[in-house]
Amino acid sequence: MTKNYLKLQFYSLPINQAFARDAVAAFCLELNPTLSALSDVKTAVSEAVTNCTVHAYRGNLGLVTVECEIEDNKLHIKVSDTGKGIPDIQKAVQPFYTTLPSDERSGMGFTIMQTFMDEFKVNSIQGEGTVVYMSKSFEAEVENA
Amino acid sequence: MTVTGYMREKILYINLSGEMDECSAQDARAKCDKLIEENINAKRVIINLSEIEFMDSTGIGFLIGRYKKASRLSLPLFVEKPNFAADKILNLSGIYSLIPKAE
Repeated sequence: MTKNYLKLQFYSLPINQAFARDAVAAFCLELNPTLSALSDVKTAVSEAVTNCTVHAYRGNLGLVTVECEIEDNKLHIKVSDTGKGIPDIQKAVQPFYTTLPSDERSGMGFTIMQTFMDEFKVNSIQGEGTVVYMSKSFEAEVENA
Repeated sequence: MTVTGYMREKILYINLSGEMDECSAQDARAKCDKLIEENINAKRVIINLSEIEFMDSTGIGFLIGRYKKASRLSLPLFVEKPNFAADKILNLSGIYSLIPKAE
């Protein structure tokens, strides 16, 4: 049984978005992912981390924590912040819903996390922060053989 | 992300390359809009995505922003050659009904 764990903590600076998704992608290489599965994970992490910068901290400096755990062939990801929180999660996860339409935000972040990962859950307390949980199973595929 | 453009047979081609995320899109927006404004005599605009190595939902907002810009100048906008991952996101968003693929 494979088990591995990674914890990253960094400032909510836009420049760290690429760092975070690349680090998570590198971490899950041991699962021998297909290129398309790897790309799904990178995109989902990018969405979650960008939400921390743009929404949770609104451009102010805060800490983003990304934790990853590998258990057998499954990757669990937890992205948390201590920012402003989401007032209405049901609304926030709807496709195309955005609180910042003027900034060319698509409102598709949560939809992408839901679609690209196998499991997705978001918890939030206003004024305390938000935690996003996502997981994905990796099967051995011919693509990588 | 880098932005380059050229005119050929009255078509403005805009090539985007690198990684498209919230951080990298900021400069690229202004550069793209400048190219469109400088070439309003074009018949249409084609944004080439073949060298985009990564894209998250920023790409959707980015393309809709350029679509609005081009529409104000009555220029039809197309995209071409998104890689597999970019195509997956663009398909999910339904953006191809606004901005069709050129091929």
